[in-house]
Amino acid sequence: MVNQYETVFIMTPVLSDQQIKETVKKYQSLLIDNKAEIVFEHNWGMRKLAYPIQKKTTGFYYLIEFKAEGNVIATLETAYKRDETLLRFLTVSLDKHAVAYNEKKRANGLKSQQAKKVEVKKEVVNDVFTNEEEE
Amino acid sequence: MANETEIKYLTPIAVNTNRKKYCRFKKSGIKYIDYKDADFLLKFVNEQGKILPRRLTGTSNKYQKKVAQAVKRARHLALMPYVADLLK
Repeated sequence: MVNQYETVFIMTPVLSDQQIKETVKKYQSLLIDNKAEIVFEHNWGMRKLAYPIQKKTTGFYYLIEFKAEGNVIATLETAYKRDETLLRFLTVSLDKHAVAYNEKKRANGLKSQQAKKVEVKKEVVNDVFTNEEEE
Repeated sequence: MANETEIKYLTPIAVNTNRKKYCRFKKSGIKYIDYKDADFLLKFVNEQGKILPRRLTGTSNKYQKKVAQAVKRARHLALMPYVADLLK
């Protein structure tokens, strides 16, 4: 059965831009090789960690949303575990509400995502406000 | 001034007592709690970063479980701290 999943991984800040691109590409191709369909990708860029991991205080976050068979997750996670350039990773399966939420969020933030990083920050602030308005 | 002293209450005035708690997710129809939205999840932890009980926030059991799950995921990804001082 094909499920929708979302995976986030944190790369060490020591990597160069080129290495980051390579790492990301590695996982993209791994997913595609396993017949997964990538729905959405988002590069959060360099972010400060809430607590140090492996004595690093920052990390590069990258998010991939994809549709795949359940057995792909195991191969993906073993690849993660073998990769020493990753600080953390998290893969979650998305239920219908989550898929709907993500699509809505994407539709709202499409303009700001195409713009620069400053715009991304504003988008986060806006999201908080919209949450409050819904209450 | 004289009038002020004359006002006496037999029973203390009820201010904000008996205000019914409600589940904000049920009320506003939020169905999915995003672990990536750390600013929003901050409402459900105390200043040490501990998850607040339902007793205080009024969240229904169904959504409290989801809040807890989201907070734990956010902690794993270092979006929120496991332990903190003066988070707010």
